[in-house]
Amino acid sequence: MEIAVTVNGQTYERDVEPRKLLIHFLRDDLDLTGSHIGCDTGNCGACSVIVDGVLLKSCMLLAVQANGTRIETVEGLSEDGELTRLQQAFNEHHALQCGYCTPGMLMSTTALLRENPSPSEDEIKKALQGNICRCTGYWNIVEAVKSVAK
Amino acid sequence: MSETTLAPAPVEVQKGWGGQSVKRKEDKRLLQGEGVFVDDVKRHGMGYLHFVRSPYAHAHITRIDVSAAEAIDGVYGTLTGEEVAALTDPFFQISSAPGANIKDYALAVGKVRYVGEPVVAVVAETRELARDASELVEVDYEALPALVDARRAQDSDAPVLHEDAGGNLMWTGLYSWGDFDAALAEADRVVKIPELHFHRFNSTPLECDGALVEYNRGVGQWTIHTNNQFPGFAAIMMGPAMRTGLDKLRFVTQDIGGGFGNKITSHPQLVVCCLLARKLNRPVQWTEWRTDFHLSMSHGNERWFHDTEVAVKDDGTLLGFRTKALDDAGAWLRYEPLGGVIWAQVTPGMYRWRHIELDFTQVATNKAPVSPNRGYSRMQHLWFTERVIDIVARELDLDPVDVRKRNYIRAEDMPYETPNGCVYDSGDYAATLDLALQLIGYDSLAGRRADAEARGKRLGVGIGSTLDSGTNNFGQSQLINPELQFSGNNEVATVKLDIFGEIVVTLGTTPQGQGHETTAAQVVADILSCSPDDVHVRAGHDSYWNSHAGFSGTYASQFAVTGLSAVKGATEMLAAEIKKLAGAVFGGVPAEALELADGGVRIKDNPDAFLPFMACGAIINANNAGLPEDLDVTLNCRYVYRPPFEVPDVERKFGNLTLTYAVQIHVAVVEVDPETGSYEIVDYAAVDDCGKRINPQIVEGQVMGATAQALGAAVHETYEYDEDGNLLTPNFYDYHVPHALDMPPLATGAIESPSPFTPLGTKGMGEGGGAGIHAICAAIQDATGQIVTDSHNPYQRVWELMQQ
Ligand code: FES
Ligand code: FES
Repeated sequence: MEIAVTVNGQTYERDVEPRKLLIHFLRDDLDLTGSHIGCDTGNCGACSVIVDGVLLKSCMLLAVQANGTRIETVEGLSEDGELTRLQQAFNEHHALQCGYCTPGMLMSTTALLRENPSPSEDEIKKALQGNICRCTGYWNIVEAVKSVAK
Repeated sequence: MSETTLAPAPVEVQKGWGGQSVKRKEDKRLLQGEGVFVDDVKRHGMGYLHFVRSPYAHAHITRIDVSAAEAIDGVYGTLTGEEVAALTDPFFQISSAPGANIKDYALAVGKVRYVGEPVVAVVAETRELARDASELVEVDYEALPALVDARRAQDSDAPVLHEDAGGNLMWTGLYSWGDFDAALAEADRVVKIPELHFHRFNSTPLECDGALVEYNRGVGQWTIHTNNQFPGFAAIMMGPAMRTGLDKLRFVTQDIGGGFGNKITSHPQLVVCCLLARKLNRPVQWTEWRTDFHLSMSHGNERWFHDTEVAVKDDGTLLGFRTKALDDAGAWLRYEPLGGVIWAQVTPGMYRWRHIELDFTQVATNKAPVSPNRGYSRMQHLWFTERVIDIVARELDLDPVDVRKRNYIRAEDMPYETPNGCVYDSGDYAATLDLALQLIGYDSLAGRRADAEARGKRLGVGIGSTLDSGTNNFGQSQLINPELQFSGNNEVATVKLDIFGEIVVTLGTTPQGQGHETTAAQVVADILSCSPDDVHVRAGHDSYWNSHAGFSGTYASQFAVTGLSAVKGATEMLAAEIKKLAGAVFGGVPAEALELADGGVRIKDNPDAFLPFMACGAIINANNAGLPEDLDVTLNCRYVYRPPFEVPDVERKFGNLTLTYAVQIHVAVVEVDPETGSYEIVDYAAVDDCGKRINPQIVEGQVMGATAQALGAAVHETYEYDEDGNLLTPNFYDYHVPHALDMPPLATGAIESPSPFTPLGTKGMGEGGGAGIHAICAAIQDATGQIVTDSHNPYQRVWELMQQ
């Protein structure tokens, strides 16, 4: 099936198999390998992206369902290689170790901060409910997000 | 939410980069989605591999037909167990007999032994097609009864997994030090514990296993892009099996999405990828699915302790223990039975008892093979020793804090030789415990108990005190099998000045988030008097870099000792060479008169005589005419760090098995709801002593991660099987790992007792000793008043406990 999606401001037109997952489309067809895969049940959030302004797990969506949408992925967060405040906060607070969950964490918290620029600690944790990290125990991730909350 | 308390004892203030929380060099790429993980590696024309797996726990394979799968357009080919058996030899076994006699191949041959065991591999043009085609592979099975309870493994009517081994016993060994019978005679009391059970789980790194394998037909060489975390081990397993020299196996890693030991034993799958890359003449890509990982990879060792007897004095002085350990290896010995000796690194736990007898037995069952998991084999044993402490305290009506302090090895006893000849290097366990107790407000607990009571809850407090033994002496493998020719340990680093003065470091390690690029740069910067920003540490591992040796990898809490000591050694060699070169350039100035500073080398008394690194690099590499003939300088230095070890005494099972012992003391406060058994961790403290910390923030990150994994294991995570051998928790839906909302408030603290045995005073750390698992058990015991005998305590089990 022919689809057209705009990812991080760039439009791609591709012929995709109807059963291909959006995450595989992003990673394999568009070579945007920043979004990751950590599970096959929609539990881990490593694949989180923002589709038309809505935070979604891209493993829970078929690529064809994304036809015509605007997608934001981790590759689109920083501009000209400059880290955003949130990315810097992750570095300062040692909120990542292996970095595998990090793209998903960044997308989830980016979505949160857009909706609620001054979340409480509890709201931050709730927003991260769908994201698994096996390295950090989350404490430093929460601290990082807190530090950029207004 | 989490706070750091520094040591009460003064920490030596260091100058320089070592000891500072330098921000990680790795982060910039990882934060922008520019890391390179194994599934990100692509090659033209590559095929995707999917495994057909066994639906049976135990069955004969009577027929395999791949023709329907192979007939599909876009399917490149398949591989069966029969082909594997023809093309390879069984993997070398670490075990002595009977485990030595099993025949382990990369795919099931003739028989399957656990649900999820790879039977056939299919390679196709797309991931989806490979998966679909796998469905068309026909395999006929003749089901056999399954063995799922290790305690039944040696019954006369138990199903036998490995006929070659003549039964399910894989390895057994009796360890005895001191004189336990004399301890019994001396004891006022003998505390008996019929059964303790340490459950099966693992660390479930978020990235599953994977590889992209290319075969270079002309030179017969494979390039294996992978996330295997111990390529040295994979190589010695794969080379002989594949009948090839190790020079033909090139392992390349960059970023690895967590390992925790679970990515050590992917060698069978890597062999399948290699065989198919050769057979199909195209790159083969394999990425494990989450369900595949849960079904088949690296479960942690499940262990029982039976008929434990503890010899104690009325005042709580511990004299010794005797127990029978029964270890469930699962279906194959992929790294086992090393777990049968690794526990002995921490034989007495943290206590001064001298009379210890442990009868270790490992058996095979129809479950996924076990392999190292963060805290490998020591965690099980330390949980046992901690359980003994709290059970003894309860039986003698003593305070668990007092029993610990009475029996802890004392600071003044360090270095302390354990009954089996291990040497604990340093530490002040009592002070570490005091700091942990202080962090959770131990003195105000009585009031909080009453407060919880008033709310209908029961408050409990529990301690877990453990050791993270690091830098293995591989000679311990000879206690398992005297025929083995492994001993000692090593790690390699190279440091060079390139043409334009770039400082380039290569490591033999395979980091998975431990920040090696950063800490290595800190060590180099201190020696070369530059900034870590000036130091380029190559990301990942490549066995073609000449910076690896037999034990290279990232496992078993050792980088701060082995890796950084190699970096230190290579950098010191380079510093000496830079001075030698400068001395010659300056016309015969001796090294003592020179110093490194500001990105170059200068004469101490005449700072204007300055040679920048750039000039040094250029002279040696590209402008060397006229240099003295005998100037022995390459500015490309390789150092192999080799820790000081002897081969242990095999007869007495005696010797130093690890170089360093980092200390973890955790204290948990829980509130249990007596109506439902549900509980909340309301306060938590973790204090760690890993000697000198090169980067305290990275160290604290490891402490946090190990804590989170311990809490997950204690409360939620378990690989449970039904009676037919089906795994009940094959994905993150059923296998609940902690989420942000599950995490308790955490206070961390640190004490630094430098190791006297390591070049930098560091100790390996990062695995943690599973202190948190015990802290939760002990807190539940305290809250419910019932003896806790299992390491896994979901709410239902706590409720059952309270019904007793
Ligand atoms: S890969 Fe999408 S939620 Fe895990
Ligand atoms: S940093 Fe490794 S999974 Fe989160």
